[in-house]
Amino acid sequence: MAKVELKINGKSHSYEVEDRTLLVNLIRDSAQLTGTHVGCDTSQCGACTIHMNGVAVKSCTVLAVQASGADITTIEGMAKNGKLHPVQQAFTECHALQCGFCTPGMIMAVAGLLKDNPKPTDEEIYHGLEGNLCRCTGYINIVKAVKRGAALLSK
Amino acid sequence: MQSFSYVKATSLKQAGDLLAANADAKLLAGGMTLIPTLKARLAQPSHLIDIGGIAELAGIDAKDGKLTIGAATKHVEVAKSAVVKKAIPALAYLASQIGDPQVRNRGTIGGSLANNDPAADYPSAALSLGATIVTTKREIAADDFFQGLFSTALDAGEVIVKIVFPVPTKAAYEKFPHPASGYAMAGSFVSQTAKGVRVAITGAGPGVFRWTDAEAALGKKLSAASIEGLDVDAADLNEDMHGTKEYRANLAKVMTKRAVAKIAQQSGK
Repeated sequence: MAKVELKINGKSHSYEVEDRTLLVNLIRDSAQLTGTHVGCDTSQCGACTIHMNGVAVKSCTVLAVQASGADITTIEGMAKNGKLHPVQQAFTECHALQCGFCTPGMIMAVAGLLKDNPKPTDEEIYHGLEGNLCRCTGYINIVKAVKRGAALLSK
Repeated sequence: MQSFSYVKATSLKQAGDLLAANADAKLLAGGMTLIPTLKARLAQPSHLIDIGGIAELAGIDAKDGKLTIGAATKHVEVAKSAVVKKAIPALAYLASQIGDPQVRNRGTIGGSLANNDPAADYPSAALSLGATIVTTKREIAADDFFQGLFSTALDAGEVIVKIVFPVPTKAAYEKFPHPASGYAMAGSFVSQTAKGVRVAITGAGPGVFRWTDAEAALGKKLSAASIEGLDVDAADLNEDMHGTKEYRANLAKVMTKRAVAKIAQQSGK
């Protein structure tokens, strides 16, 4: 067993988990934050994307113990004071989701992309979202939402 | 995933001691290949020794015509590094094309080389540029390092510390990524150094290899037309649901031509 001390969405937590526990399982089962989804569990679909020390990672492919001492942000930590994060707002406005399963990971990946590149071109958006799959194939509106999110963030 | 003991190493010495004491231990850096491998139960180590945070494995430095990259340097760091972009822009570009952003935020150059996935990107750069892989025990030339499918010259207990790349006069990388995985169906790293032109092909065969016929032709004239009449020998290439040997041989040639064309563009010819 391993002791994992980390911050999730600004709050400090301490958990005792098995060494082999995945970060996504700590987030969903121990911290009970079920907004982060497990899609493929093989690091292809990106539904489990969260931010670890400010960068987007796939939490199904990080051990919980590797995140000890880290600062984690999940989809639940994006809205502040009852106000949606600009990327969440953009996904709502552009109807950038159909079934919604990929959306939490998609939003975390987009937030990571826009942090790096505040005004991406279409090509840069495709390249930046290569790690996230939408099985409804609703990519057109997702790309629109990235641009809308970029505009909202630049305000 | 079967259970294992996780240990976070803080020095190379500690990592070496742990490896020596535990025959079934494995090193963990970014974990982008190892963790999926453990999930699929293709490996069942007794211990995972996390070397991702060891200071001796960090850092990027260019001097005296050489670019040195610490083994635990992440793909995103190589892709964005001003030092790499200035010394070997083709290497920064290669790093920016590995996997996807989340993978590049975790995966490391040392991990990629040690794993020697036949479709990984970095082995082509190391082989084409004639890099030196510096380990805890010795220095290994890239020509001797890669030994086919997931095999390298590394001994048990040997850890890659850094990779030293000679700075080429010209270089370019082009790959045809598999649309789902991003792995190279075929990738070609073409470089020109004091030793001549070298062409390393990844993704197409059971391991990275040099296309020596193309090297000879490009050595005479670095132009895509020079290799028009040549073909990569398809006999030993990979064949699977994604493509036949012949398809991969053709892709390897097309990627090489694109890389050469890119070099021509860069030098304004």
